[in-house]
Amino acid sequence: MRALWHAAAVVALNAAGNFALSLGMKRAPAAAGPVLALLEPAAMAGIVLLVAWMLLRLRLLQMADLSFVLPVTAVGYILNAVMGAAFLGEHVTLARWTGAALITGGAALTSLTPADAGRHNDSGGAGGRR
Amino acid sequence: MTARWMLVAAVVACTACADLLQSHGMRHGGARWKLPLSVVFLALSFFSFTQLLRIADLSFAVPATAASLVVETLLAQLVLRERVDWKRWGGALLAAAGVALLAL
Repeated sequence: MRALWHAAAVVALNAAGNFALSLGMKRAPAAAGPVLALLEPAAMAGIVLLVAWMLLRLRLLQMADLSFVLPVTAVGYILNAVMGAAFLGEHVTLARWTGAALITGGAALTSLTPADAGRHNDSGGAGGRR
Repeated sequence: MTARWMLVAAVVACTACADLLQSHGMRHGGARWKLPLSVVFLALSFFSFTQLLRIADLSFAVPATAASLVVETLLAQLVLRERVDWKRWGGALLAAAGVALLAL
């Protein structure tokens, strides 16, 4: 259960960070190079949020299997599509909505499995259920 | 292959390397060199992602990188020796189908 709460916070930080980063990269002047474009304020805010996302995700990886973390946090994919359509004025086609829904369905299916299912050939020391 | 799909491939490859190193480092030791190396891959992944956001919609860029789910689920079983049951495989394959729809 603790892993699921961490996963929810990871998803929220990721969606907010990606949104700010996308806004910043679109606002950056075309003349700005790939590095200078990152100095756009919205892009910098996105970078800060994504650093926080990465740190929290590290903590999540400490308590749960990678094969659990990845699909469960995939619900963020549909959240990003919603934010793109709602706040960035993007035209999200039916195929994209369906794709995002399938990805979320995959996340839901995976969230039915225990966070730490153990490993093959455990020889003691590493791994184990928390 | 268009530029945006090449950038998606770069993001997916670098993210897979970073996640494997992080997961292995946090749970099996060796964090002193695995975590810094994972940060290098994360930086490469992030830089590729920022360039992808310059030429593609957010609603395309983020879901497209879900292709890493299948790659990483496979690597989690083969490299990290995690038990990946049918539900996890089903979840990863649904995500892959979702990414395939983005290509339409």
